[in-house]
Amino acid sequence: MTDAADNEEETRGHSLWPIGFAIGVACILIGLVVSWPAVLLGAAITIVSGVLWIREAAGTHGPVDFAAGDALDGGTPSPALAAAEGQHLETHGRAGFLTLATIGLGGVIGAAVTLPSIGFAVLPSFTGEGIETNPVDLGPLENFPEGMFVITTFIGSKDQGEVSRRTAYIRNNGLSAANDPSFTIIYSRCVHLGCPVQPNGPKFEDKMVTYRDVTLTPVQPAGFGCPCHGGAYDTEGNRTAGPPVRSLDRYAFSIVDGNLVLGKHFSVGTVEGTAADAKISRYGQAYPGVHVDGLERWLYPIPVPGA
Amino acid sequence: MAKSARQAQIEKAALYPLDWTEERTGLVGYTKWFLFRHVPRDVNWMQTLGAATLTAFLVQAITGVFLAMYYKPDPNSAYESIQNISNEVTLGWLVRGMHKWGASLFIILMFLHMARTFLFGAYKYPRELNWVIGVLLLVAGMAEGFTGYLLPWDQTAYWATVVGININATAPFAGPFIAQFLQGGAQIGPDTLAKFYSLHMLVIPGGIMAMIGLHMYLVLRLGVTSPPWSKTAAGRPRPDAEPTGDRTGLTREPSSEETS
Ligand code: HEM
Ligand code: FES
Repeated sequence: MTDAADNEEETRGHSLWPIGFAIGVACILIGLVVSWPAVLLGAAITIVSGVLWIREAAGTHGPVDFAAGDALDGGTPSPALAAAEGQHLETHGRAGFLTLATIGLGGVIGAAVTLPSIGFAVLPSFTGEGIETNPVDLGPLENFPEGMFVITTFIGSKDQGEVSRRTAYIRNNGLSAANDPSFTIIYSRCVHLGCPVQPNGPKFEDKMVTYRDVTLTPVQPAGFGCPCHGGAYDTEGNRTAGPPVRSLDRYAFSIVDGNLVLGKHFSVGTVEGTAADAKISRYGQAYPGVHVDGLERWLYPIPVPGA
Repeated sequence: MAKSARQAQIEKAALYPLDWTEERTGLVGYTKWFLFRHVPRDVNWMQTLGAATLTAFLVQAITGVFLAMYYKPDPNSAYESIQNISNEVTLGWLVRGMHKWGASLFIILMFLHMARTFLFGAYKYPRELNWVIGVLLLVAGMAEGFTGYLLPWDQTAYWATVVGININATAPFAGPFIAQFLQGGAQIGPDTLAKFYSLHMLVIPGGIMAMIGLHMYLVLRLGVTSPPWSKTAAGRPRPDAEPTGDRTGLTREPSSEETS
């Protein structure tokens, strides 16, 4: 048993198409960083060089070019080869048709099965389906003493239950300059990589109250700290130390029938000023670790779907 | 020394099932061809690391299949079902332990095997593609580790996966898409667990098995390399064709005693 029969001799000279192919791929990669048109150009170069490369490679062995090759060489093919070739040519029309038909039909059937399956596996993650956006009722305003943070845990999605329990640090800022109620509602997940940040300061566990699924524990933090990689934030959620790339995420709020109701989750670039006077640069919800402002934000094209 | 008639009879009876199978399937011949190959005279123990990795994978696959009989991939029962495996089900602690420690062993063996092929220069012509397949296997193996780590659904599992998914999210451009695919919702939840379970026990192992098949095919076809200090080459006889490109002198020619 030898493998020699599987290998054809390499007789042709060097081709330039592989180089074109490589240039095309390089162009795609650079384009990904620089601009979309460069990607398209790269893709075009890649496809054209690829097709020509295959054509050239196939041309040296293909039955059709055989005669032309002979003419160039000025030699005659061995009788056995010629006979085999003749037989091949004889049935070429029908065999070729059947081959193409089999491959074509197989391809269509394969695509009909795989494309929907892949779509089913991948697309639902991006449509935001199944993501509950119901506002969460956190209970009466009396539970939020002015000027103090309250560790508030609540169920994010009724369908998912306890596994969707989230934590927000909520401070009642009293009335703003425009006489509107003001709350600072900071989401507990670190904007480095998503660990739960903790309030650094005394917790008043004995003053904990509950409202339906919601638990409320007053706390007096000097800032927030992350247990995972030492990220630290001030009481507005601005980063003071460690790896995080932006300020802590927040929630919008509304007041319905004297109850505080949690609104949309959003991401924050930075916060200037404090409490009711804070100026918050607000962006759509983004993944932790992702820049929302500055040049780097162009590296992260999608916000969290359903947000 | 002539065999006694009785000896010959016993031998024939013993070989009969093999002959019977061989005549109908040819599988005995193929198995011999698969197992009794020519290898260089001076192969050493380092060249068994690939087989060790394969064994570790088989251990994972077999123990994993049986863990799947008792494991329940939903947030309300995953943790309990694993406590049940460890503490209640007969021998559950052993099989889970094999799977859990075997997972680390599998990854370590992959790295050692890779180091061997690298240091022996075994990634060079004509084995480049086997290196490429090996790299894909390494990535798939680590993906197995990542998806499997969520399944116990305890605090370590949960937060490690939060951080892992968010690390994915920070990759430029593709990051948020990958993270979103893995997470399947706004936060890690029931969908994430089910998806990781399916990836962990069906999708990725399927891919790994297919790639191991290709990897082994190439090993059989090309033979193993002799160590770098070797004076002889081995493996199946090389085809006559010269390698493409100007590589003359870069490959060792098999000496006549080593060819078959
Ligand atoms: C190929 C390499 C594999 C690796 C590296 C791997 C790795 C892991 C890891 C790290 C865990 C977490 C174990 C723990 O902390 O207890 C796990 C759990 C699990 N794996 Fe795998 N696994 C592999 C193959 C498989 C296969 C083939 C199956 C099933 C067909 C499977 C089924 C499971 C199940 C059911 C669990 C949950 C039980 C448990 O956590 O103890 N695994 N795996
Ligand atoms: S996750 Fe908070 S510092 Fe890394």
